[in-house]
Amino acid sequence: MEPVFKALADKSRRRLLDILFAKNGQTLNELSSHLSMSRQAVTKHLLLLEKAHLVVVVWRGRAKFHYLNPVPIHQVYDRWIGKYNRHRLEALSELKRNLESSQKKKGLRHG
Amino acid sequence: MDKPKFVYTVYIRTTPEKLWYALIDPEFTQKYWSGVKFVSDWKVGSSVQMTDAEGAPADSGVVLKCAPPRLLSFTWHVGWHPDMKKEPPCRATFEIEPAPQKGVVRLTITHDEFEVGSKTYEGVKNGWPAILSSLKSLLETGEPLDSNKFIIREYLGKLTG
Repeated sequence: MEPVFKALADKSRRRLLDILFAKNGQTLNELSSHLSMSRQAVTKHLLLLEKAHLVVVVWRGRAKFHYLNPVPIHQVYDRWIGKYNRHRLEALSELKRNLESSQKKKGLRHG
Repeated sequence: MDKPKFVYTVYIRTTPEKLWYALIDPEFTQKYWSGVKFVSDWKVGSSVQMTDAEGAPADSGVVLKCAPPRLLSFTWHVGWHPDMKKEPPCRATFEIEPAPQKGVVRLTITHDEFEVGSKTYEGVKNGWPAILSSLKSLLETGEPLDSNKFIIREYLGKLTG
């Protein structure tokens, strides 16, 4: 599990996973276009994500496509979140979302 | 636009033969697939019938490739959901290969041939990680994951509700 946490501990790598979540199966060029860093830096981040099995690579001819693999995150989830806690946590997340979105609206009105 | 597709992998401490058996044996599939049985003679061109926990027919497909214990591929037509039922079948491919680590096997599932905007894609996308985690647990410890049944049942409820 350690490579998973290491991979997730970086903002750019989380951003890469977000980009793949929005559109699965992208090449290095496509992925680099979303980030303001060199292709070499993106390659390095992708390699760490691959090692943690959070990204799976598929070759189609000479093109290399990256896919998000959420299975290791599910294993983290399974380890610490029991089936009953899940409902309480979902309720809390929803409360946070609702409160924060109404705060935002309020802020806009006053601002 | 490219058709939607996803590729999931899981590393399991087991043998290719045991993992293969876990994919094709209905008594085994129901343990990690929350009651779903996959029934087929697994010959190319034969039908695959999935039945739910109550034994009622759910989804179905046709075997495209079968090379034990390495490669299994079949079409998948969702039968239990009114909207997904109208969609053409998608395709699931399972590849088993030894991992670099000794005694570990890598399972790759590619699910593709979805239509753009497919509801089936949204449905199966979220189901597999739970099922694969449970399969890993069952093969490594002899116990499927308890939470799995819950997640899938809830998820199906959300889709139909």
